[in-house]
Amino acid sequence: MNLDQLQQKLMAAARVQPPSDRVPYAFEKRIVARLRVGATADLGAFWARALWRAAAPCVAISLALGAWTAFAPASSVSDEDIAQVFEQTMLATVDHSEETW
Amino acid sequence: MERTEAELIAAVLKGDAASFEPLVEQYSPRVFATARRYARRESEVEDIVQEVWLKAFNKLSSFRGDAPFEHWLMRLAVRTCYDFLRGHQRNRETTFSELSEPETDWLDRFVAQPESADEHADAARQLIERALEQMSPAARLVITLLEIEDRSVKEISELTGWSGTLVKVRAFRARAEMRKILARLARDKYL
Repeated sequence: MNLDQLQQKLMAAARVQPPSDRVPYAFEKRIVARLRVGATADLGAFWARALWRAAAPCVAISLALGAWTAFAPASSVSDEDIAQVFEQTMLATVDHSEETW
Repeated sequence: MERTEAELIAAVLKGDAASFEPLVEQYSPRVFATARRYARRESEVEDIVQEVWLKAFNKLSSFRGDAPFEHWLMRLAVRTCYDFLRGHQRNRETTFSELSEPETDWLDRFVAQPESADEHADAARQLIERALEQMSPAARLVITLLEIEDRSVKEISELTGWSGTLVKVRAFRARAEMRKILARLARDKYL
């Protein structure tokens, strides 16, 4: 058997008989319907992905802040002073409003 | 008034999925014909075409518009078909021992008198499909594009994303693979 000739014949057979380009009925409608469902699902997936991605940096920031609070050198200002300054700051608006009342 | 392709694409990109429908309607015949070169079952063909259109929709923002939409779509189609072949290569275990009667007759006619074996015969097409199914995915893709669809190395390179050299190397290997498969056919059938 001449294999080269057989190969040429078979290739020619494939060339002269191209596959059908028939499209199933309402195929385009099916695709668009699928895309609409997909778009809704994708919105949920987008948020889920975004939140998952945000989780790792949030944990890292919390740990860093925790570590910084725990290991930061002690401040020269005493706790009582801080409490006083905090109270003054918080009540500054109230004090001011009482004066202008 | 009928909208142009560029207008339809722009509308889809703005979120109007319905504008995608005319594009699907216009180009599906070509995508189906391409998918039918690589998948035999109609359910597989439909899956491939559906995947092509879903990818096209999701990647539409990457279509720059400097080449026709059809070229961009056919690149997606060919690459999806290649992925399909790679994913299904283990399922393709056809052998030449299970040839149908018309296929055997066609081969007998070819052996007796090569010129009398008609290339328009269904049996010849079935035989080449059997041979192609036994090829590796890359070999099948390159031989289909090069020998059957008569495309140039440059075109294949653009469609597949392979370099020109890689296309040539794979074409050389594919021809050798095809010859080996046909030699096995001759051995199984006539020795």
